[in-house]
Amino acid sequence: MIRSHVLISGDPQSLTRGAEEVRLAIETELHYYGLDDEVQVAFLGHVDRTDVLPLVIVYPEGVRYGPVTPEDGAYIVQEHLYKGRIVEHLQAPPEVLSGPIAHLPGREGAVYAQKRVVLRRAGTIDPDSIEDYIEHDGYFALGKAITEMTPEQVLETVRASGLQGRGGAGFPTGLKWLFVTKTDEKERYIVCNADESEPGTFKDRLILEGDPHAILEGMALAGYAVGAQEGYIYIRGEYAQSCERLERAIHQAEEFGLLGDNIMDSGFSFHIHVHAGAGAYVCGEETALLESMEGKRGIPRIRPPYPTVSGFRNKPTVVNNVETLANVPPIILNGADWYRSIGTKECPGTKVYTILGDVNITGLVETPMGTTLREIIEIYGGGMKGNKQFKCAQTGGASGSIIPPALLDVPMDFRNMAQHGAALGSGALLISSEDTCIVDLAYVLLRFFKFESCGKCVPCRVGTTQMLEALDRLRRGYGTQVDLDRLEEIAEYASQASFCGLGQAAPVPIITGLRYFRKEFEAHARGECPAGVCPMGKHVGPAGEQAHP
Amino acid sequence: MEERMMHQVDETVARYGSTDEALVEILRDLSQQAGYLDRPTLAAVAKKLAVPESRVFSVASFYSMISVEPLGKHVIRMCQDAPCHVAGGRKIWETLEQALGIQFGQTTSDGQWTLMPTSCIGLCAVGPVMMIDDEVFGNLTPEKVNEILARYREQDGGAA
Repeated sequence: MIRSHVLISGDPQSLTRGAEEVRLAIETELHYYGLDDEVQVAFLGHVDRTDVLPLVIVYPEGVRYGPVTPEDGAYIVQEHLYKGRIVEHLQAPPEVLSGPIAHLPGREGAVYAQKRVVLRRAGTIDPDSIEDYIEHDGYFALGKAITEMTPEQVLETVRASGLQGRGGAGFPTGLKWLFVTKTDEKERYIVCNADESEPGTFKDRLILEGDPHAILEGMALAGYAVGAQEGYIYIRGEYAQSCERLERAIHQAEEFGLLGDNIMDSGFSFHIHVHAGAGAYVCGEETALLESMEGKRGIPRIRPPYPTVSGFRNKPTVVNNVETLANVPPIILNGADWYRSIGTKECPGTKVYTILGDVNITGLVETPMGTTLREIIEIYGGGMKGNKQFKCAQTGGASGSIIPPALLDVPMDFRNMAQHGAALGSGALLISSEDTCIVDLAYVLLRFFKFESCGKCVPCRVGTTQMLEALDRLRRGYGTQVDLDRLEEIAEYASQASFCGLGQAAPVPIITGLRYFRKEFEAHARGECPAGVCPMGKHVGPAGEQAHP
Repeated sequence: MEERMMHQVDETVARYGSTDEALVEILRDLSQQAGYLDRPTLAAVAKKLAVPESRVFSVASFYSMISVEPLGKHVIRMCQDAPCHVAGGRKIWETLEQALGIQFGQTTSDGQWTLMPTSCIGLCAVGPVMMIDDEVFGNLTPEKVNEILARYREQDGGAA
């Protein structure tokens, strides 16, 4: 199994500077350590940097070394690929993407640095070692906050940074915190929503497992800012490893006096508890999550009152996503202006994406807000698999939508996507090629929502069932125009009338699918599947009865 | 038998505290230990936490990691979401159903296998993905599935 990719700049200039020799040295050394099967070496074309050639890039970490000599190459294999330690002194000076992102044509073939804020430590430190975390600026932000800043200043910094919730909705984090401070109630809670279960999303797991202390520090900062003394991490029951890591991290932080009573003799106390779920997607919805934390069925509550007023145990509660909290320490450490220098004007900062589907390289990438989908596919995804045509991308789960080719060059952030009638969601990018059938895709997405509907309200419980039945008839070739009309009608009702985000979002694949690919739906109503994916006419059981293929 | 169950209930309740807030975690752990929760266990938890049995059952039947029905010796959970589907998940479903002679949601008559769908388990980069008990298998192909099943059958002494 390939675990790392080593890319060497292979443009004429690099070649005259010995890129061939570097490659040979790297391959020889890889062979010596028996890593041939785990590390793939390849030449890159033009890399748009002339100052550090030959350039060597190691993925998945995205570390750039340059200029690299053959001796350096061998050393990089020894240290980085064999022992897993990044060779700091050989790294190329960072090339930071600045300002709003230019469009791709201007940067064809360029390989750009990932801008890592949230994942800057993941994969480079030992997550089980608090010393490692502290060595890499860990708990500095907390120290700075409680010794040099008032809670109001911490809150104001987060507000000024423009940080928005990374769970999908993009709500301003500072504002959420402010609401909590405006209540009279003194018993307040910080809850970290780690119930990551949007299909295709695993960014939170990698943050939790790669850099658990960052979440603890982010929560403590939130607690300090809003005057809370207790924090809970609600984590998916399925993420057993993340759970263990967090427990260990909390224990270490308490031993170091960085969590617990009277942190650093400041008089500020903050305790964190881990609460593991038991398998229910709807618990990612913040009020359902709170119900589950209180030992009940994970069924959403009516809002308002919002959790900021009446949350856990009916007390004011901040519920923030993992990625959101991981952004907080660097913001406090480097200031709001620094944060605003990354990403777009309306949506500062970076976004962690998971790239999946029909691309050459799948995995996790962190880029500044405003990166376009085309850039993600071409640069980080290594292009479409088999040079197939891009058909659409589906962004993560309940808060995502279908993105058609027309939006490939839209700088992606919460606002821009919303303006184009799409949604960024949780950051999963399921890239689909021309071989994908949109009806089949909608069917699979709907099946998920039907399965996960909690059953509380009719539009969602009955709506998802009926939409799934209509889609099922269409994909089996029994569908007619009537099914299509009903599908559209129910989708509208369900999105308008459902109680919580799950039901409101369930019809989105249908609504956006019909908006961009109506012809394909209509073809199914005539008994044709243009992509040749659907089991047209094949009798596989009575329509509607079989929930799974 | 009953004594052992009571002991497990006591132990688990002690670990999480006997407040109704801990109900989800208590039931999850008990279900993972015993495979599923029968009526006497549910009643024992209700008594211990001083909550109605109906509340305990309602919680137990809500979450997918808690079962109120007996499951097979091995539980296969296959991801049913879009990323795995696009990566060739349907063939894997069909292969599993054919190989075991049951449909999703069912248990084989010899009690060896239960086939269940699951939602995303966050391993989408190596889809299609399935879990057998606690073990995860990625990059599945129909051939690989048959190999894996054969391996389990062999370990079980060719029983199934």
